[in-house]
Amino acid sequence: MKTVFEKTTGLTDTQTHYCPGCTHGIIHRMVGEVLEEMGILEDTVGVASVGCSVLSYEYFNCDMTQAAHGRAPAVATGIKRVLPDRFVFTYQGDGDLASIGIAEAVHAAARGENITVIFVNNAIYGMTGGQMAPTTLIGQKTATSPFGRNASLQGLPIRVSEMLSTLDGTAYIERVSTHDVPNILKAKKAIRKAFETQKQGFGFSMVEVLSSCPTNWGLDPHESLDWIKDNMVPAYPLGIYKNVHKEAEK
Amino acid sequence: MGKVLMKGNEVIAEAAVHAGCKYFFGYPITPQSELVAYMARRLPEVGGLFLQAESEVAAINMVYGAAGTGVRVMTSSSSPGFSLKQEGISYLVGAELPALIVNVVRGGPGLGNIQPAQSDYFQVTKGGGHGDYHTPVLAPSTLQEIIELTEAAFDIADRYRTPVILLGDGMLGQMMEPVEFKNLTERQPGEKDWTTTGTRGDGKPRIITSLELNADALEKRNEKLQHKFALIKQNEVRYETYEIEDADYIVTAYGTAARIAMNAINNARADGLKIGMIRPITLWPFPEQPFIETRDKVKGYISVEMSAGQMVEDVRLAVNGKAPVTFFGRTGGVVPTQEEIYEYIMKVAGGVEV
Amino acid sequence: MEEILIAGFGGQGVMSMGQLIAYAGMKEGKYVSWLPSYGPEQRGGTANCAVVVSGEQVGSPLVSQPTTAIVLNNPSYYKFEPTVRPGGLLIVNASLISKTSERTDIKVMNLKATELANELGNPKIANMILLGAFLEITGILSDESILEALKKVLSPEKHSLLEINKRALELGRLSTKVGI
Repeated sequence: MKTVFEKTTGLTDTQTHYCPGCTHGIIHRMVGEVLEEMGILEDTVGVASVGCSVLSYEYFNCDMTQAAHGRAPAVATGIKRVLPDRFVFTYQGDGDLASIGIAEAVHAAARGENITVIFVNNAIYGMTGGQMAPTTLIGQKTATSPFGRNASLQGLPIRVSEMLSTLDGTAYIERVSTHDVPNILKAKKAIRKAFETQKQGFGFSMVEVLSSCPTNWGLDPHESLDWIKDNMVPAYPLGIYKNVHKEAEK
Repeated sequence: MGKVLMKGNEVIAEAAVHAGCKYFFGYPITPQSELVAYMARRLPEVGGLFLQAESEVAAINMVYGAAGTGVRVMTSSSSPGFSLKQEGISYLVGAELPALIVNVVRGGPGLGNIQPAQSDYFQVTKGGGHGDYHTPVLAPSTLQEIIELTEAAFDIADRYRTPVILLGDGMLGQMMEPVEFKNLTERQPGEKDWTTTGTRGDGKPRIITSLELNADALEKRNEKLQHKFALIKQNEVRYETYEIEDADYIVTAYGTAARIAMNAINNARADGLKIGMIRPITLWPFPEQPFIETRDKVKGYISVEMSAGQMVEDVRLAVNGKAPVTFFGRTGGVVPTQEEIYEYIMKVAGGVEV
Repeated sequence: MEEILIAGFGGQGVMSMGQLIAYAGMKEGKYVSWLPSYGPEQRGGTANCAVVVSGEQVGSPLVSQPTTAIVLNNPSYYKFEPTVRPGGLLIVNASLISKTSERTDIKVMNLKATELANELGNPKIANMILLGAFLEITGILSDESILEALKKVLSPEKHSLLEINKRALELGRLSTKVGI
């Protein structure tokens, strides 16, 4: 029998705990595939964060360290500074990176740490039960913004890719989405590009991946993908925000 | 290399380098900033790395990352900054990672001041962060002892896979004394089979984590930690005694307070009083044995601290009601003088109710 | 055991005087400690340091009742003149301090150190003149040890200053005899 599809060796056989329709699984698979395709699984140390992806250390098939809430870029810094020839990546959600860990993210980026950050933005806190995140959209209802996020009360959403791309230490920053197949293919290319950036020693790379949360959004999986397309993409425009490769070509 | 005159903060740094520590992540705070500056200059000379972090929180988490690769690594701070590191220390304990954390204590609470104090005793000996844990705490009282204990701290950290705290105060950090680094061969940690450095053909991926969602499994893991703490209690207690054989009263003090108290004790001895001293060197595990051995013979104990009375609670636990325990201390960065300690000793020994 | 307290404005060389004594004491095989006062200000303000030179292991590095106090400005005079241990020594930079101690239980040496330093051509070495007087009266350390310590403390490019420092020490010693 001819093999037409095989699961990537970049992931373990452990079954994930993610909710049906959540796109974390797709993002995990893309990262795993990139590590496998680049042949760097054995040279990689991943850093798991706190939130829905806290157990990602059981899913990625490489050495993994679990970090305190928001501190993954600092932990990754410690690893990378001791082992500059290894690949180091963090896998963080929006609460972890953009709220409690924004300082660590900004400073790792500013220092140009040669690490790769996979930033999963689904505009809500998932694991704790659907509270407002820094990336929650204006008007979006969550457990802690029950009347919809109100700018005068709760402030405005943070566009992390745009913000970090202003820092000279960053080398590659792209925002991608998971709401349909063409975008997923683009997302994988972006992740590959980010790890290639690290391989070449250019400095901080980040891929912001717009992701779904059917459970806490109160939508079914299909509606959730539409919600990304119709609500998140307009607020968080897709595209490359920083590209040191392109600058090098010039 | 003979004796050199150095500042306490610099002695800590150089001793760490001698112990094979090549990585330092820190943030400036008075009165320990000389330590940070010394490392920034010194570590590149030994092929190591110094990195100034954006905060104490980031620094301790960089230490966490580096410790996971198996190298000797440290950070240092003073009280307010040390509080910020507590989260990271709890994680280091939970994930069983070795590291050295230095606290050059200053007056508190809050921003307090930058004068010497011993008011972080509770924080360092009783856990400090969340969860059921202790960290070994070493408290040198001279600059020469800093060298010995900094090395011991790294060894204990590696032996038990635990963060270890070296506790000083502003006075110890700022003062100068002659020290000698004696023919030390650079110590290297032994083989570590738990590091995350990329699998590189050494089998299945490893995981460093303090998370265990299953209650029974977490309890098992905690039992393992408790067993480790029991071993540390059994093997690593350090203390010094002075003239306790015939003592009517025993003063107990650690760090710089012990040095000042020692002058007062000598003056009291010169006046014919039988006063001795127990100086805990490890604050956790607390040296209970010298108290157990003396508590039925002495008339009382006097705990002298630069705090409102913290170690005195451990003294009372060790004495277990067998003898009176009194306390003398100054707080807020006020260092007690030998004269006032002497007066207090005379009062207690003279039977005055205190 | 000599317990020395040196106090003045930041920039008067108070801290380095103490360090020189500690270095020299170490060179002569004595037990020493040096403890600075320190505050939030980087420059100016009052500064002091405590130095213990002893034949035995130093207990308290803190000096509350000095055997010698060397004071270089008015606030330091008022703060430390009363603390000198009976039988002890008070050295006063009389160029900057107008008050004269009335204590009879201590030895008081008033020296117009800043004027003397100006005569030598460098007002910054008033501290070395006071140090010379201290060495002459107490006899605890030799000039050689102090000068050796000075070589350690001064960066190589400042070794040209060694000669004037040596002269300042000598002038300080001399001035205790002739009463300047």
